[in-house]
Parts: sequence; C-alpha cells; structure tokens
Amino acid sequence: MTTQDILQKLPFAPPFLFVDGLDHIDSDKVQGHFTFREDMDCYKGHFKGYPVTPGVLLTEVMAQTGLVCLGIYLLGDEVLAENMTFGLTSTEIEFLRPVFPGEKVTVYAEKVYFRFGKLKCRVTLKNEAQQDVCSGTIAGMIISKPHE
Amino acid sequence: MDKETLITQLKEIVKPYAKNEEALLNINENTDFVNDLKINSANLVDVVLDVEEQFNIVIDNESMERMLNVKSAIEIIEAKLGAQ
Repeated sequence: MTTQDILQKLPFAPPFLFVDGLDHIDSDKVQGHFTFREDMDCYKGHFKGYPVTPGVLLTEVMAQTGLVCLGIYLLGDEVLAENMTFGLTSTEIEFLRPVFPGEKVTVYAEKVYFRFGKLKCRVTLKNEAQQDVCSGTIAGMIISKPHE
Repeated sequence: MDKETLITQLKEIVKPYAKNEEALLNINENTDFVNDLKINSANLVDVVLDVEEQFNIVIDNESMERMLNVKSAIEIIEAKLGAQ
C-alpha cells in the first residue's frame, strides 16, 4: 500500500483533515507532516489577539497520522464494514512548546501494539527546528458506529 | 495454581483499569469486568495483553471475546496453561 493509497482512504476532509503527507510508513512506525495555515479558523479565538495552535489540534495531528494512517496501513486489504469506524480511546500527552500559525509539524509514531482491533502508539510531534512540541501515548480502536 | 492465587493475580492486572474500587476490593469468581469493575472495552484489550504477559500465554480472538469476567478469564488461563 502506497502512502497515496492511505491518504485517499482517510475518513477525514477539510476543515478537519490534519495530514498533509506521509514521509515514511512501515508496520512498526509512521512519519507524517502537517502545516497549520495562518488563516485557520481556530486562530480567531485561540487566543483572542494571540493566535496559538490548540493542544487538541496537536493531538488530532498525532492521532490522524499515528493511529488512523498507521491503522489503515496495518489493516491492509482488510475492508472495514460499513458500520465500523475508528474511535480514539485514550491519550496521554505532554505539551512542551507552542505551535504558532504557519508552522509545519512532523509526527513520529511508533507502534506499541496492534491487537484485537486496538492500536496503541508512542507519538512525538516536532517543529521545523526538530524540537519536541508534544509527546506521549495514544490509542484507538475499530468500533461500530454508535448512532447506526 | 489454585483459584485464589489466580484471582489475586487477576486483581493486580485489572487494578489500573477498574473504575469501581469497591467491586475491585470484593473481586471474586462472579465479578464481571465491564458491568462490575467498569472497565471500558478499549482497556479490556490491555487486560488481555497483561494476562498474556503475566502467564506467558497467547490469547486468540475467540478467547478474547469470551474474557469478560473473572470466571471465563480463569477458565481460559487454566486451559492455556494446561495445554503448554
């Protein structure tokens, strides 16, 4: 499966697609990047007069690459049933540095395990200066869509 | 390994994931992981992986789906240990 195949299979669309591209993927790890555009809506309110990327969006960047992209890769040809989807099940993240509008961040995710439909990864987000922005552990699971 | 020892070991394994402390204190053969201990389904996977590590066994998908309470966990562990 090519990185292009994976991006096409992503269940996200703007304004909530937080993967621009993948730099590397194998069954143990994935590396991907995203640039926070200056005109993103979140900066109008976070914070008033002082735009900083919200931690939840940094978490989302790590989850979309580390869990969903890697999850799609690990599933391979296995097709998810119509009523199944990805669910975020836990995050344990430390935030170390702010990310300002226009910055590009790179996700480094390493699989801890993928068993019984649950994927757990150690993740680190770095800025362009290769400084750690945030890091921790996230996990997600293939679940049935609750409202269907 | 007798049942009491197994339950004591299981108690240590489920401790980090159990949300109901009283049920954890009174854990017994009839304790249900989800309904009594209030372990969420994502953490059930971690319980199973910790069981694998603790007892050095491999749990397959079918056993995973059955491992919802102390009683079935003991059955599965004993069967796997017996088969080794």
